[in-house]
Amino acid sequence: MELLKHSEEENEESLKHFEEKIERGDSIEPRDTMPEAYRKHLIRQMSQHAHSEVIGMQPEGNWITRAPSLRARQILLAKIQDEGGHGLYLYSATETLGISRDEMIAQLHAGKAKYSNIFNYPALTWADIGAIGWLVDGAAIVNQVSLQRTSYGPYSRAMVRICKEESFHQRQGYEIMTKMIRGTSEQQQMAQDAMNRWWWPSLMMFGPHDSESPHTGDAFRWRIKRHSNDELRQKFIDKTVQQAEVIGLTIPDEDLKWNEEKGHYDHGPIDWDEFYRVITGNGPCNRQRIAHHKKVHDDGAWVRIAAAAYRERIKKQNDNQ
Amino acid sequence: MTEKEALFSYCLRLGDDALIHSYRLSEWCRNAPMLEEDLALTNFALDLTGRARALLTYAGEIEGKGRTEDDLAYRREERHYFNNLICELPKGDFATTIVRLLFTATQEHLFYSELTHSQDGTLAAIAAKTVKEAQYHMVHASDWVRRLGLGTEESHERLERAIDELCPYTGEMFETDKVVAVLQDKNIAVDNAAIRSNWKTYIEDILREVGVMVPGSQHMQTGGRKGIHTEYMGHILTEMQYLQRTYPDATW
Ligand SMILES: [Fe+2]
Ligand SMILES: [Fe+2]
Ligand SMILES: [Fe+2]
Repeated sequence: MELLKHSEEENEESLKHFEEKIERGDSIEPRDTMPEAYRKHLIRQMSQHAHSEVIGMQPEGNWITRAPSLRARQILLAKIQDEGGHGLYLYSATETLGISRDEMIAQLHAGKAKYSNIFNYPALTWADIGAIGWLVDGAAIVNQVSLQRTSYGPYSRAMVRICKEESFHQRQGYEIMTKMIRGTSEQQQMAQDAMNRWWWPSLMMFGPHDSESPHTGDAFRWRIKRHSNDELRQKFIDKTVQQAEVIGLTIPDEDLKWNEEKGHYDHGPIDWDEFYRVITGNGPCNRQRIAHHKKVHDDGAWVRIAAAAYRERIKKQNDNQ
Repeated sequence: MTEKEALFSYCLRLGDDALIHSYRLSEWCRNAPMLEEDLALTNFALDLTGRARALLTYAGEIEGKGRTEDDLAYRREERHYFNNLICELPKGDFATTIVRLLFTATQEHLFYSELTHSQDGTLAAIAAKTVKEAQYHMVHASDWVRRLGLGTEESHERLERAIDELCPYTGEMFETDKVVAVLQDKNIAVDNAAIRSNWKTYIEDILREVGVMVPGSQHMQTGGRKGIHTEYMGHILTEMQYLQRTYPDATW
């Protein structure tokens, strides 16, 4: 009993230390004591982020073998490879919180861990590759730039590294849209159609309105989140509307207009029914995305087992020497 | 056959090897057994696409009819592609992909080392860059051959099966013909047959190391350098050329 009391005191002491660090704006490192709820929140958010990078490889991967030029093939391959690298980097950062990549993948397959809703939409034409880079990566950047100053050190450092590559992706996507809008009438139609299909889901990437968001409180107090969903969404809209205008794409929102007073664009209502329908598993591609990930994982099991057996064999050999 | 015609064919052949093998490697992107390997195979697909661009661009310049790398990559009929058949065989399982990479990268490493001495400056420069890539691919494939060969019973069996399936497609890499002869006279092309024994030694050594029977001499498939392909090739082109053929007036 004596001992337990002692450790409780110690624990209280280091939790106080945690609060102070958060207060000062210092970063929290893996060895620091942290409240269990903080750790859980981060695991949920960071593993979801890692899964998003990896599941996001699928819609774009759908066009690799049909890329219309060798340069386009290179850019697309390199982009998807970057996303895989982001996934890898984020899995490692999440592992510092005491969970393994295997466990995270098991949670994904069991439906306990989520990934960004946006990847439940299909990539139907080559213009979608442009729209994904420009809008989806564009939205991701806004979120990730804000996360560069998140309180957990490994997460914040991952974001700094990732943001540099994301802005390339965004520019490359915009370049595809620009080329298509200046191309044949079929290309122009493809570009506008992609815009129409990806605009609203991109806005939904920032999550529910601030008034509806259940986790906002803790995430702000712990400085995991630095800007609200609506703030970030507004930032994305303001920069993207101008980019669309420059190349002559129409934003599919009749209510969209510049608000002189606020210095921002006002936008029409977001279809939250669609958002919740997709998030609860009934988007166009939810089943395919998870089924694909599972199949690849299962098909590759024999390779991972062989690699582990070989490692073991070499280790034994070295031990015997 | 003039030297120019021979050189055009030669570049197309090498360019098509890279173009089609890179297509097959790119099919692993998002589909590999682990994320690390997904990145590695995608990297090789990128290397080979880069090589295809350099070689096809040069082929277009030699031909002198204004055809670009993309005209050549996307606008030819099947009979006018000249890659070795091994490049176009289906992606198969991971063992198949590793064995194909072992066979081709080992040959390429030897081939492009020689090609750095080519009298043709452009080819020599492309070769200098390619040697390093091919060596890296060869080492990566060799590491995996060891893991699969000495890993589990299943991986060993899959490796054996892949070797058995791909061996008949290795002969083409060492064929020689008029195109090669014309350019060899000018010290532009590599003596394909001469690198065969080094190739064989490397492959046999590593297979012996992991206890896989080295297949004896057998019938070798051929046709790629004449534009006569397997049934798989048409499907690659159908997919690869989809946008270029559907929207012939578009630029991308
Ligand atoms: Fe991302
Ligand atoms: Fe990313
Ligand atoms: Fe990205």
